[in-house]
Amino acid sequence: MQISGISITGSLFLIIGIIMYKGLPYISWEMISQSPKGGFYIGKGGGIFNAILGSLYLAGLSTVLATLIGIPIALYLNMYIKQGSFLEKSSKLLFDVLFGIPSIVYGAIAFSIMVWLGIRASLLGGVITITLLTIPIVVRTIDELLLTVPVDLKNVTKSLGATTWETAKVLIKYIKPGIFTAILLAFGRAIGDVAGVLLTTGFSDNLPKYIDEPAATLPLAIFFQLSSPIPEVQGRAYASALVLTLIILIIVICTHILASKQKKHKI
Amino acid sequence: MHAHSSIETKETQNIILPSTPHMQIKDLNVYIEGTHILKNINLDIPNNSITSIIGPSGCGKTTLLKTLNRLMDDSKEVKVTGSVLVNGEDIYAKDAEVTHIRKKMGLLSQRPFPLPMSIFDNIAYGPKIHGERNKKVLEQIVETQLRNVGLWEEVKDRLDSSATGLSIGQQQRLCLARGLAVQPEIILGDESTSALDPISTQTIENLLIDLKKDYTIVLVTHILRQARRVSDYILFVYNGKAVEFGKTEDVLINPKNPITQQYVKGFIS
Ligand SMILES: Nc1ncnc2c1ncn2[C@@H]1O[C@H](COP(=O)(O)OP(=O)(O)O)[C@@H](O)[C@H]1O
Ligand SMILES: [Mg+2]
Repeated sequence: MQISGISITGSLFLIIGIIMYKGLPYISWEMISQSPKGGFYIGKGGGIFNAILGSLYLAGLSTVLATLIGIPIALYLNMYIKQGSFLEKSSKLLFDVLFGIPSIVYGAIAFSIMVWLGIRASLLGGVITITLLTIPIVVRTIDELLLTVPVDLKNVTKSLGATTWETAKVLIKYIKPGIFTAILLAFGRAIGDVAGVLLTTGFSDNLPKYIDEPAATLPLAIFFQLSSPIPEVQGRAYASALVLTLIILIIVICTHILASKQKKHKI
Repeated sequence: MHAHSSIETKETQNIILPSTPHMQIKDLNVYIEGTHILKNINLDIPNNSITSIIGPSGCGKTTLLKTLNRLMDDSKEVKVTGSVLVNGEDIYAKDAEVTHIRKKMGLLSQRPFPLPMSIFDNIAYGPKIHGERNKKVLEQIVETQLRNVGLWEEVKDRLDSSATGLSIGQQQRLCLARGLAVQPEIILGDESTSALDPISTQTIENLLIDLKKDYTIVLVTHILRQARRVSDYILFVYNGKAVEFGKTEDVLINPKNPITQQYVKGFIS
Protein backbone atom coordinates (compact mmCIF):
# COMPACT_ATOMS: atom_id res chain seq x y z
CA MET A 1 0.00 0.00 0.00
CA GLN A 2 2.66 2.45 1.12
CA ILE A 3 5.09 1.35 -1.57
CA SER A 4 2.54 1.86 -4.32
CA GLY A 5 1.65 5.24 -2.85
CA ILE A 6 5.26 6.31 -2.77
CA SER A 7 5.96 5.00 -6.26
CA ILE A 8 2.92 6.78 -7.73
CA THR A 9 3.73 10.11 -6.07
CA GLY A 10 7.39 9.55 -6.85
CA SER A 11 6.88 8.96 -10.56
CA LEU A 12 4.52 11.94 -10.73
CA PHE A 13 7.19 14.21 -9.27
CA LEU A 14 9.78 12.59 -11.53
CA ILE A 15 7.72 13.43 -14.61
CA ILE A 16 7.08 17.00 -13.52
CA GLY A 17 10.73 17.27 -12.46
CA ILE A 18 12.03 16.20 -15.87
CA ILE A 19 9.68 18.56 -17.68
CA MET A 20 10.71 21.45 -15.44
CA TYR A 21 14.40 20.63 -15.64
CA LYS A 22 14.39 20.40 -19.39
CA GLY A 23 11.72 22.98 -20.14
CA LEU A 24 12.22 25.83 -17.68
CA PRO A 25 15.36 27.23 -19.35
CA TYR A 26 13.45 27.66 -22.60
CA ILE A 27 10.28 29.17 -21.25
CA SER A 28 9.85 32.86 -21.92
CA TRP A 29 7.11 35.42 -22.24
CA GLU A 30 7.73 35.57 -25.96
CA MET A 31 7.13 31.86 -26.24
CA ILE A 32 3.80 32.00 -24.43
CA SER A 33 2.46 35.17 -26.00
CA GLN A 34 3.46 34.97 -29.66
CA SER A 35 2.67 32.92 -32.71
CA PRO A 36 5.53 31.13 -34.44
CA LYS A 37 7.60 33.40 -36.65
CA GLY A 38 9.06 31.98 -39.83
CA GLY A 39 11.48 29.23 -38.94
CA PHE A 40 10.26 28.75 -35.36
CA TYR A 41 10.64 25.01 -35.76
CA ILE A 42 14.24 25.33 -36.81
CA GLY A 43 15.07 27.43 -33.78
CA LYS A 44 14.07 30.95 -34.76
CA GLY A 45 11.80 33.36 -32.88
CA GLY A 46 8.12 33.36 -31.96
CA GLY A 47 6.11 31.13 -29.67
CA ILE A 48 3.31 28.66 -29.25
CA PHE A 49 0.42 31.00 -28.44
CA ASN A 50 -1.42 29.70 -31.50
CA ALA A 51 -1.23 26.16 -30.11
CA ILE A 52 -2.22 27.20 -26.58
CA LEU A 53 -5.28 29.00 -27.91
CA GLY A 54 -6.07 26.20 -30.36
CA SER A 55 -5.92 23.58 -27.64
CA LEU A 56 -8.07 25.64 -25.27
CA TYR A 57 -10.71 26.19 -27.97
CA LEU A 58 -10.65 22.57 -29.02
CA ALA A 59 -10.74 21.05 -25.55
CA GLY A 60 -13.18 23.66 -24.22
CA LEU A 61 -15.70 23.27 -27.03
CA SER A 62 -15.44 19.49 -27.09
CA THR A 63 -15.85 19.20 -23.34
CA VAL A 64 -18.92 21.45 -23.34
CA LEU A 65 -20.48 19.45 -26.18
CA ALA A 66 -19.57 16.08 -24.66
CA THR A 67 -21.08 17.15 -21.33
CA LEU A 68 -24.27 18.42 -22.94
CA ILE A 69 -24.65 15.18 -24.89
CA GLY A 70 -23.21 12.77 -22.32
CA ILE A 71 -25.25 13.74 -19.25
CA PRO A 72 -28.65 13.20 -20.93
CA ILE A 73 -27.41 9.85 -22.27
CA ALA A 74 -26.30 8.77 -18.79
CA LEU A 75 -29.61 9.91 -17.30
CA TYR A 76 -31.52 8.10 -20.00
CA LEU A 77 -29.62 4.86 -19.43
CA ASN A 78 -30.17 5.05 -15.67
CA MET A 79 -33.65 6.40 -15.32
CA TYR A 80 -35.70 6.08 -18.44
CA ILE A 81 -35.07 2.50 -19.48
CA LYS A 82 -35.94 -0.40 -17.25
CA GLN A 83 -32.92 -1.29 -15.16
CA GLY A 84 -31.58 -4.76 -15.78
CA SER A 85 -33.11 -4.90 -19.24
CA PHE A 86 -31.17 -6.05 -22.30
CA LEU A 87 -31.22 -2.52 -23.72
CA GLU A 88 -29.71 -1.09 -20.55
CA LYS A 89 -27.00 -3.72 -20.24
CA SER A 90 -26.01 -3.67 -23.91
CA SER A 91 -25.92 0.14 -24.07
CA LYS A 92 -23.65 0.32 -21.04
CA LEU A 93 -21.41 -2.35 -22.55
CA LEU A 94 -21.26 -0.33 -25.76
CA PHE A 95 -20.06 2.74 -23.87
CA ASP A 96 -17.46 0.63 -22.06
CA VAL A 97 -16.12 -0.44 -25.44
CA LEU A 98 -16.21 3.12 -26.82
CA PHE A 99 -14.39 4.26 -23.68
CA GLY A 100 -11.55 1.87 -24.45
CA ILE A 101 -11.11 2.56 -28.17
CA PRO A 102 -7.83 4.40 -28.87
CA SER A 103 -8.17 7.93 -30.13
CA ILE A 104 -6.51 7.21 -33.49
CA VAL A 105 -9.58 5.11 -34.32
CA TYR A 106 -11.83 8.07 -33.50
CA GLY A 107 -9.54 10.18 -35.68
CA ALA A 108 -9.90 7.76 -38.57
CA ILE A 109 -13.69 7.53 -38.20
CA ALA A 110 -14.10 11.29 -37.89
CA PHE A 111 -11.76 11.75 -40.84
CA SER A 112 -13.91 9.58 -43.08
CA ILE A 113 -17.05 11.39 -41.89
CA MET A 114 -15.33 14.69 -42.71
CA VAL A 115 -14.37 13.51 -46.18
CA TRP A 116 -17.95 12.42 -46.71
CA LEU A 117 -19.32 15.76 -45.49
CA GLY A 118 -16.66 17.69 -47.36
CA ILE A 119 -15.09 19.23 -44.23
CA ARG A 120 -11.34 19.75 -44.43
CA ALA A 121 -8.91 19.40 -41.56
CA SER A 122 -10.00 22.18 -39.23
CA LEU A 123 -10.88 23.17 -35.69
CA LEU A 124 -14.40 21.92 -36.44
CA GLY A 125 -13.05 18.53 -37.49
CA GLY A 126 -11.06 18.37 -34.27
CA VAL A 127 -14.04 19.34 -32.18
CA ILE A 128 -16.15 16.61 -33.78
CA THR A 129 -13.45 14.01 -33.16
CA ILE A 130 -12.65 14.99 -29.60
CA THR A 131 -16.33 15.30 -28.73
CA LEU A 132 -16.90 11.74 -29.94
CA LEU A 133 -13.86 10.67 -27.95
CA THR A 134 -14.97 12.31 -24.72
CA ILE A 135 -18.70 11.47 -24.75
CA PRO A 136 -18.03 7.92 -23.48
CA ILE A 137 -15.87 9.35 -20.69
CA VAL A 138 -18.70 11.62 -19.55
CA VAL A 139 -21.33 8.89 -19.92
CA ARG A 140 -19.38 6.28 -17.99
CA THR A 141 -18.34 8.64 -15.20
CA ILE A 142 -21.84 10.08 -14.73
CA ASP A 143 -23.25 6.58 -14.91
CA GLU A 144 -21.00 5.46 -12.07
CA LEU A 145 -22.02 8.54 -10.09
CA LEU A 146 -25.71 7.86 -10.60
CA LEU A 147 -25.22 4.33 -9.32
CA THR A 148 -23.96 5.76 -6.03
CA VAL A 149 -27.19 7.71 -5.46
CA PRO A 150 -29.10 6.02 -2.63
CA VAL A 151 -32.33 4.36 -3.73
CA ASP A 152 -33.99 6.18 -0.84
CA LEU A 153 -33.30 9.56 -2.45
CA LYS A 154 -35.00 8.48 -5.67
CA ASN A 155 -37.89 7.12 -3.61
CA VAL A 156 -38.25 10.46 -1.82
CA THR A 157 -38.86 12.49 -4.96
CA LYS A 158 -40.93 9.77 -6.57
CA SER A 159 -43.19 9.43 -3.57
CA LEU A 160 -43.73 13.17 -3.61
CA GLY A 161 -45.17 12.64 -7.08
CA ALA A 162 -42.15 13.77 -9.08
CA THR A 163 -41.85 12.75 -12.70
CA THR A 164 -38.73 10.95 -13.88
CA TRP A 165 -37.32 14.22 -15.18
CA GLU A 166 -37.96 16.03 -11.91
CA THR A 167 -36.27 13.19 -10.06
CA ALA A 168 -33.37 13.37 -12.50
CA LYS A 169 -32.88 17.06 -11.71
CA VAL A 170 -32.56 16.30 -8.00
CA LEU A 171 -30.08 13.53 -8.73
CA ILE A 172 -27.99 15.92 -10.83
CA LYS A 173 -27.94 18.25 -7.88
CA TYR A 174 -26.89 15.42 -5.61
CA ILE A 175 -24.00 14.30 -7.83
CA LYS A 176 -22.93 17.83 -8.83
CA PRO A 177 -19.47 17.69 -7.21
CA GLY A 178 -18.80 14.49 -9.10
CA ILE A 179 -19.93 16.04 -12.38
CA PHE A 180 -17.00 18.46 -12.12
CA THR A 181 -14.70 15.46 -11.94
CA ALA A 182 -16.31 14.00 -15.04
CA ILE A 183 -15.86 17.27 -16.92
CA LEU A 184 -12.28 17.46 -15.74
CA LEU A 185 -11.52 13.94 -16.95
CA ALA A 186 -13.03 14.76 -20.31
CA PHE A 187 -11.10 18.02 -20.57
CA GLY A 188 -7.83 16.35 -19.60
CA ARG A 189 -8.29 13.71 -22.24
CA ALA A 190 -9.37 16.30 -24.80
CA ILE A 191 -6.49 18.69 -24.34
CA GLY A 192 -3.84 16.01 -24.31
CA ASP A 193 -4.86 13.98 -27.31
CA VAL A 194 -2.55 13.81 -30.35
CA ALA A 195 -3.78 10.94 -32.47
CA GLY A 196 -7.33 12.27 -32.70
CA VAL A 197 -6.29 15.69 -33.95
CA LEU A 198 -3.48 14.56 -36.24
CA LEU A 199 -5.72 13.85 -39.23
CA THR A 200 -8.67 16.01 -38.39
CA THR A 201 -7.46 19.36 -37.10
CA GLY A 202 -4.31 19.93 -39.11
CA PHE A 203 -1.88 22.56 -37.94
CA SER A 204 -1.42 26.25 -38.51
CA ASP A 205 1.04 28.92 -37.50
CA ASN A 206 -1.78 31.45 -37.30
CA LEU A 207 -4.01 32.07 -34.33
CA PRO A 208 -7.23 30.10 -34.69
CA LYS A 209 -9.86 32.56 -35.96
CA TYR A 210 -12.40 30.49 -37.85
CA ILE A 211 -13.81 27.13 -36.94
CA ASP A 212 -13.44 25.79 -40.49
CA GLU A 213 -9.73 26.47 -40.69
CA PRO A 214 -6.87 24.28 -39.50
CA ALA A 215 -5.72 25.04 -35.99
CA ALA A 216 -2.61 24.33 -33.97
CA THR A 217 -2.78 22.23 -30.82
CA LEU A 218 -0.26 21.90 -28.02
CA PRO A 219 0.28 18.15 -28.19
CA LEU A 220 1.04 18.39 -31.92
CA ALA A 221 3.33 21.38 -31.36
CA ILE A 222 5.21 19.34 -28.77
CA PHE A 223 5.35 16.42 -31.17
CA PHE A 224 6.79 18.56 -34.00
CA GLN A 225 9.35 20.20 -31.75
CA LEU A 226 10.45 16.92 -30.21
CA SER A 227 11.03 15.43 -33.65
CA SER A 228 13.52 18.19 -34.43
CA PRO A 229 17.23 17.39 -34.27
CA ILE A 230 18.03 20.90 -32.97
CA PRO A 231 18.56 20.93 -29.16
CA GLU A 232 17.06 24.44 -28.84
CA VAL A 233 13.81 23.28 -30.46
CA GLN A 234 13.74 20.10 -28.38
CA GLY A 235 14.07 22.24 -25.27
CA ARG A 236 11.10 24.26 -26.37
CA ALA A 237 9.14 21.02 -26.64
CA TYR A 238 9.63 20.52 -22.91
CA ALA A 239 8.71 24.13 -22.28
CA SER A 240 5.49 23.53 -24.25
CA ALA A 241 4.85 20.39 -22.25
CA LEU A 242 5.26 22.48 -19.10
CA VAL A 243 2.67 24.95 -20.39
CA LEU A 244 0.27 22.07 -21.12
CA THR A 245 0.82 20.66 -17.64
CA LEU A 246 0.22 24.08 -16.08
CA ILE A 247 -3.03 24.53 -17.99
CA ILE A 248 -4.26 21.16 -16.72
CA LEU A 249 -3.12 22.05 -13.19
CA ILE A 250 -5.05 25.33 -13.28
CA ILE A 251 -8.16 23.54 -14.54
CA VAL A 252 -7.84 20.90 -11.80
CA ILE A 253 -7.54 23.56 -9.09
CA CYS A 254 -10.47 25.58 -10.42
CA THR A 255 -12.58 22.44 -10.58
CA HIS A 256 -11.75 21.55 -7.00
CA ILE A 257 -12.67 25.02 -5.81
CA LEU A 258 -15.97 24.93 -7.71
CA ALA A 259 -16.72 21.41 -6.52
CA SER A 260 -16.08 22.21 -2.86
CA LYS A 261 -18.38 25.21 -3.09
CA GLN A 262 -21.09 22.90 -4.41
CA LYS A 263 -20.75 20.46 -1.51
CA LYS A 264 -22.77 22.75 0.73
CA HIS A 265 -26.00 20.83 0.45
CA LYS A 266 -24.56 17.42 -0.07
CA ILE A 267 -25.76 14.70 2.24
CA MET B 1 -48.71 -24.16 6.90
CA HIS B 2 -50.36 -23.64 3.55
CA ALA B 3 -53.74 -24.79 4.76
CA HIS B 4 -53.49 -22.50 7.73
CA SER B 5 -52.87 -19.35 5.84
CA SER B 6 -55.60 -19.92 3.29
CA ILE B 7 -58.03 -20.22 6.17
CA GLU B 8 -56.61 -17.08 7.71
CA THR B 9 -56.82 -15.19 4.45
CA LYS B 10 -60.53 -15.86 4.44
CA GLU B 11 -60.88 -14.69 8.01
CA THR B 12 -59.08 -11.46 7.36
CA GLN B 13 -61.63 -10.64 4.72
CA ASN B 14 -64.48 -11.28 7.08
CA ILE B 15 -63.51 -8.78 9.74
CA ILE B 16 -66.11 -6.07 9.86
CA LEU B 17 -64.51 -2.67 9.95
CA PRO B 18 -66.16 0.24 11.71
CA SER B 19 -65.27 2.66 8.92
CA THR B 20 -65.06 2.38 5.18
CA PRO B 21 -61.76 1.03 3.86
CA HIS B 22 -59.49 3.64 2.33
CA MET B 23 -57.36 1.07 0.62
CA GLN B 24 -58.23 -2.43 -0.46
CA ILE B 25 -55.58 -4.95 -1.35
CA LYS B 26 -56.90 -7.76 -3.51
CA ASP B 27 -55.10 -11.00 -4.40
CA LEU B 28 -51.79 -9.21 -4.34
CA ASN B 29 -48.73 -11.18 -5.37
CA VAL B 30 -45.22 -9.82 -5.76
CA TYR B 31 -42.34 -11.66 -7.38
CA ILE B 32 -38.78 -10.36 -7.22
CA GLU B 33 -36.34 -11.95 -9.63
CA GLY B 34 -38.69 -14.90 -9.93
CA THR B 35 -39.01 -15.43 -6.16
CA HIS B 36 -42.52 -15.29 -4.78
CA ILE B 37 -42.18 -12.60 -2.08
CA LEU B 38 -45.76 -11.57 -1.28
CA LYS B 39 -48.31 -14.33 -1.46
CA ASN B 40 -51.92 -13.61 -2.19
CA ILE B 41 -52.48 -10.72 0.20
CA ASN B 42 -56.03 -9.56 0.81
CA LEU B 43 -56.61 -6.67 3.16
CA ASP B 44 -58.86 -3.69 3.77
CA ILE B 45 -57.13 -0.70 5.30
CA PRO B 46 -59.55 1.46 7.27
CA ASN B 47 -59.41 5.22 6.97
CA ASN B 48 -58.51 7.69 9.71
CA SER B 49 -56.69 5.09 11.70
CA ILE B 50 -53.25 3.63 12.10
CA THR B 51 -52.63 0.18 10.72
CA SER B 52 -49.35 -1.43 11.67
CA ILE B 53 -47.72 -4.14 9.62
CA ILE B 54 -45.69 -6.39 11.90
CA GLY B 55 -43.65 -9.49 11.31
CA PRO B 56 -40.11 -10.86 11.45
CA SER B 57 -37.49 -9.21 9.31
CA GLY B 58 -37.45 -10.41 5.71
CA CYS B 59 -41.12 -11.40 5.79
CA GLY B 60 -42.08 -8.79 3.21
CA LYS B 61 -43.24 -5.76 5.19
CA THR B 62 -41.23 -3.20 3.22
CA THR B 63 -42.17 -4.84 -0.04
CA LEU B 64 -45.85 -4.65 0.87
CA LEU B 65 -45.59 -0.99 1.86
CA LYS B 66 -43.76 -0.03 -1.33
CA THR B 67 -46.31 -1.92 -3.37
CA LEU B 68 -48.99 0.41 -1.98
CA ASN B 69 -47.05 3.36 -3.40
CA ARG B 70 -46.07 1.75 -6.71
CA LEU B 71 -42.42 2.06 -5.73
CA MET B 72 -41.77 -1.65 -6.21
CA ASP B 73 -42.70 -2.16 -9.82
CA ASP B 74 -40.17 0.14 -11.41
CA SER B 75 -37.20 -1.66 -9.93
CA LYS B 76 -35.77 -4.48 -11.93
CA GLU B 77 -37.32 -7.87 -12.34
CA VAL B 78 -40.32 -7.14 -10.17
CA LYS B 79 -43.71 -8.52 -11.08
CA VAL B 80 -46.88 -7.46 -9.32
CA THR B 81 -50.26 -9.13 -9.82
CA GLY B 82 -53.59 -8.40 -8.21
CA SER B 83 -54.85 -4.97 -7.34
CA VAL B 84 -54.69 -2.20 -4.80
CA LEU B 85 -57.71 0.04 -4.66
CA VAL B 86 -57.49 3.54 -3.26
CA ASN B 87 -60.94 5.05 -2.81
CA GLY B 88 -62.12 2.24 -5.05
CA GLU B 89 -59.69 2.99 -7.88
CA ASP B 90 -57.11 0.40 -8.86
CA ILE B 91 -53.63 1.92 -8.74
CA TYR B 92 -52.36 -0.99 -10.82
CA ALA B 93 -54.86 -0.35 -13.61
CA LYS B 94 -53.29 0.08 -17.05
CA ASP B 95 -54.27 3.74 -17.28
CA ALA B 96 -53.37 4.62 -13.69
CA GLU B 97 -51.08 7.62 -13.47
CA VAL B 98 -48.16 6.79 -11.21
CA THR B 99 -47.18 10.33 -10.22
CA HIS B 100 -50.77 11.10 -9.28
CA ILE B 101 -51.01 7.95 -7.14
CA ARG B 102 -47.78 8.70 -5.33
CA LYS B 103 -48.85 12.26 -4.63
CA LYS B 104 -51.74 10.85 -2.60
CA MET B 105 -49.33 9.07 -0.29
CA GLY B 106 -46.57 10.48 1.86
CA LEU B 107 -43.70 8.10 2.51
CA LEU B 108 -41.60 8.24 5.65
CA SER B 109 -38.64 5.96 5.21
CA GLN B 110 -36.42 4.16 7.66
CA ARG B 111 -33.79 6.87 7.83
CA PRO B 112 -34.58 10.51 7.17
CA PHE B 113 -33.53 11.51 3.71
CA PRO B 114 -33.48 15.28 3.23
CA LEU B 115 -33.21 16.43 -0.36
CA PRO B 116 -29.88 18.09 -1.18
CA MET B 117 -31.27 21.58 -0.67
CA SER B 118 -32.28 24.03 2.06
CA ILE B 119 -34.84 23.39 4.78
CA PHE B 120 -37.28 25.71 3.02
CA ASP B 121 -36.81 24.04 -0.37
CA ASN B 122 -37.21 20.60 1.13
CA ILE B 123 -40.76 21.44 2.14
CA ALA B 124 -41.48 23.59 -0.91
CA TYR B 125 -40.20 20.95 -3.33
CA GLY B 126 -43.43 18.95 -3.50
CA PRO B 127 -45.77 21.92 -3.99
CA LYS B 128 -43.34 23.38 -6.55
CA ILE B 129 -43.26 20.30 -8.77
CA HIS B 130 -47.02 20.27 -8.65
CA GLY B 131 -47.16 23.76 -10.03
CA GLU B 132 -47.19 26.11 -7.06
CA ARG B 133 -45.10 29.14 -8.03
CA ASN B 134 -46.42 31.86 -5.74
CA LYS B 135 -43.74 32.69 -3.17
CA LYS B 136 -46.26 33.87 -0.56
CA VAL B 137 -48.21 30.63 -0.84
CA LEU B 138 -45.05 28.56 -0.62
CA GLU B 139 -43.93 30.45 2.48
CA GLN B 140 -47.33 29.78 4.01
CA ILE B 141 -47.15 26.07 3.22
CA VAL B 142 -43.64 25.79 4.66
CA GLU B 143 -44.64 27.49 7.89
CA THR B 144 -47.86 25.50 8.28
CA GLN B 145 -46.18 22.15 7.72
CA LEU B 146 -43.20 22.94 9.94
CA ARG B 147 -45.64 23.94 12.66
CA ASN B 148 -47.58 20.72 12.04
CA VAL B 149 -44.53 18.68 12.98
CA GLY B 150 -43.44 21.01 15.76
CA LEU B 151 -40.29 22.12 13.96
CA TRP B 152 -41.14 25.75 13.19
CA GLU B 153 -39.75 27.29 16.37
CA GLU B 154 -36.56 25.26 16.03
CA VAL B 155 -35.74 26.16 12.44
CA LYS B 156 -37.57 29.39 11.56
CA ASP B 157 -34.32 31.39 11.70
CA ARG B 158 -32.38 29.08 9.43
CA LEU B 159 -34.80 28.12 6.69
CA ASP B 160 -32.14 28.80 4.08
CA SER B 161 -29.50 26.58 5.57
CA SER B 162 -28.96 23.02 4.50
CA ALA B 163 -31.38 20.44 5.84
CA THR B 164 -28.48 18.13 6.57
CA GLY B 165 -27.42 20.36 9.47
CA LEU B 166 -30.45 19.22 11.49
CA SER B 167 -30.35 16.39 14.00
CA ILE B 168 -31.64 13.00 12.85
CA GLY B 169 -34.86 13.46 14.81
CA GLN B 170 -35.43 16.91 13.32
CA GLN B 171 -34.66 15.58 9.86
CA GLN B 172 -37.27 12.87 10.22
CA ARG B 173 -39.87 15.46 11.24
CA LEU B 174 -38.78 17.58 8.28
CA CYS B 175 -39.34 14.59 6.01
CA LEU B 176 -42.79 14.11 7.48
CA ALA B 177 -43.58 17.79 6.87
CA ARG B 178 -42.23 17.51 3.33
CA GLY B 179 -44.60 14.62 2.68
CA LEU B 180 -47.56 16.47 4.19
CA ALA B 181 -46.88 19.51 2.01
CA VAL B 182 -48.19 17.73 -1.09
CA GLN B 183 -51.47 17.13 0.74
CA PRO B 184 -51.58 13.35 0.66
CA GLU B 185 -54.47 11.25 1.96
CA ILE B 186 -52.33 8.43 3.21
CA ILE B 187 -49.09 8.31 5.18
CA LEU B 188 -46.85 5.28 4.78
CA GLY B 189 -44.05 4.74 7.27
CA ASP B 190 -41.35 2.10 7.05
CA GLU B 191 -39.77 1.63 10.48
CA SER B 192 -39.63 5.40 10.53
CA THR B 193 -38.36 5.65 14.07
CA SER B 194 -35.73 2.93 13.99
CA ALA B 195 -32.87 5.41 13.56
CA LEU B 196 -34.18 7.79 16.22
CA ASP B 197 -33.54 8.27 19.93
CA PRO B 198 -36.40 7.50 22.35
CA ILE B 199 -37.50 11.14 22.66
CA SER B 200 -37.63 11.75 18.91
CA THR B 201 -39.38 8.41 18.53
CA GLN B 202 -42.03 9.52 20.97
CA THR B 203 -42.42 12.86 19.17
CA ILE B 204 -42.98 11.11 15.84
CA GLU B 205 -45.38 8.58 17.37
CA ASN B 206 -47.44 11.35 18.96
CA LEU B 207 -47.47 13.28 15.70
CA LEU B 208 -48.77 10.26 13.83
CA ILE B 209 -51.48 9.66 16.42
CA ASP B 210 -52.42 13.33 16.02
CA LEU B 211 -52.46 13.10 12.25
CA LYS B 212 -54.78 10.13 11.98
CA LYS B 213 -57.83 12.34 12.31
CA ASP B 214 -56.94 13.69 8.86
CA TYR B 215 -55.02 10.83 7.30
CA THR B 216 -55.01 7.10 6.87
CA ILE B 217 -51.73 5.78 8.21
CA VAL B 218 -49.92 2.53 7.49
CA LEU B 219 -46.79 1.81 9.48
CA VAL B 220 -44.27 -0.96 9.20
CA THR B 221 -42.62 -1.84 12.47
CA HIS B 222 -40.93 -4.78 14.04
CA ILE B 223 -41.26 -3.36 17.53
CA LEU B 224 -44.35 -4.85 19.10
CA ARG B 225 -44.47 -2.22 21.85
CA GLN B 226 -44.60 0.48 19.21
CA ALA B 227 -47.39 -1.29 17.37
CA ARG B 228 -49.27 -1.52 20.65
CA ARG B 229 -48.71 2.15 21.43
CA VAL B 230 -49.79 3.66 18.13
CA SER B 231 -51.96 1.36 16.10
CA ASP B 232 -55.66 0.74 15.84
CA TYR B 233 -55.22 -2.29 13.63
CA ILE B 234 -52.44 -4.77 13.11
CA LEU B 235 -51.55 -6.98 10.19
CA PHE B 236 -49.17 -9.82 10.97
CA VAL B 237 -47.14 -10.89 7.96
CA TYR B 238 -45.14 -14.08 7.98
CA ASN B 239 -43.18 -15.50 5.10
CA GLY B 240 -44.91 -13.24 2.57
CA LYS B 241 -48.41 -14.12 3.75
CA ALA B 242 -50.98 -12.02 5.56
CA VAL B 243 -51.44 -14.32 8.52
CA GLU B 244 -53.68 -12.31 10.77
CA PHE B 245 -55.43 -8.97 10.72
CA GLY B 246 -57.51 -7.37 13.40
CA LYS B 247 -57.83 -4.76 16.09
CA THR B 248 -54.60 -4.12 17.94
CA GLU B 249 -55.68 -5.70 21.21
CA ASP B 250 -57.16 -8.75 19.45
CA VAL B 251 -53.99 -9.49 17.52
CA LEU B 252 -51.59 -8.77 20.34
CA ILE B 253 -53.54 -10.25 23.25
CA ASN B 254 -55.76 -12.90 21.70
CA PRO B 255 -54.19 -13.91 18.42
CA LYS B 256 -56.11 -16.64 16.63
CA ASN B 257 -53.34 -18.05 14.54
CA PRO B 258 -50.70 -20.22 16.24
CA ILE B 259 -47.89 -18.48 14.33
CA THR B 260 -49.11 -15.08 15.45
CA GLN B 261 -49.27 -16.42 19.00
CA GLN B 262 -45.67 -17.53 18.78
CA TYR B 263 -44.55 -14.23 17.29
CA VAL B 264 -46.40 -12.13 19.83
CA LYS B 265 -44.90 -14.18 22.65
CA GLY B 266 -41.49 -13.57 21.21
CA PHE B 267 -40.72 -17.09 20.05
CA ILE B 268 -40.16 -15.96 16.47
CA SER B 269 -38.32 -12.80 15.66
N1 LIG C 1 -34.50 -5.87 -4.54
C1 LIG C 1 -34.61 -7.13 -4.07
N2 LIG C 1 -34.01 -8.15 -4.73
C2 LIG C 1 -34.12 -9.41 -4.27
N3 LIG C 1 -34.79 -9.75 -3.19
C3 LIG C 1 -35.41 -8.79 -2.49
C4 LIG C 1 -35.35 -7.41 -2.89
N4 LIG C 1 -36.04 -6.68 -2.01
C5 LIG C 1 -36.52 -7.55 -1.10
N5 LIG C 1 -36.15 -8.82 -1.38
C6 LIG C 1 -36.50 -10.01 -0.61
O1 LIG C 1 -37.86 -9.94 -0.29
C7 LIG C 1 -38.07 -10.42 1.02
C8 LIG C 1 -38.85 -9.39 1.81
O2 LIG C 1 -38.05 -8.25 2.01
P1 LIG C 1 -38.59 -6.99 2.78
O3 LIG C 1 -39.90 -6.61 2.22
O4 LIG C 1 -37.53 -5.96 2.76
O5 LIG C 1 -38.75 -7.55 4.25
P2 LIG C 1 -38.97 -6.78 5.61
O6 LIG C 1 -39.21 -5.34 5.32
O7 LIG C 1 -40.16 -7.45 6.23
O8 LIG C 1 -37.77 -7.02 6.43
C9 LIG C 1 -36.72 -10.74 1.62
O9 LIG C 1 -36.55 -12.14 1.59
C10 LIG C 1 -35.75 -10.06 0.69
O10 LIG C 1 -34.59 -10.85 0.58
MG1 LIG D 1 -38.05 -3.66 5.93
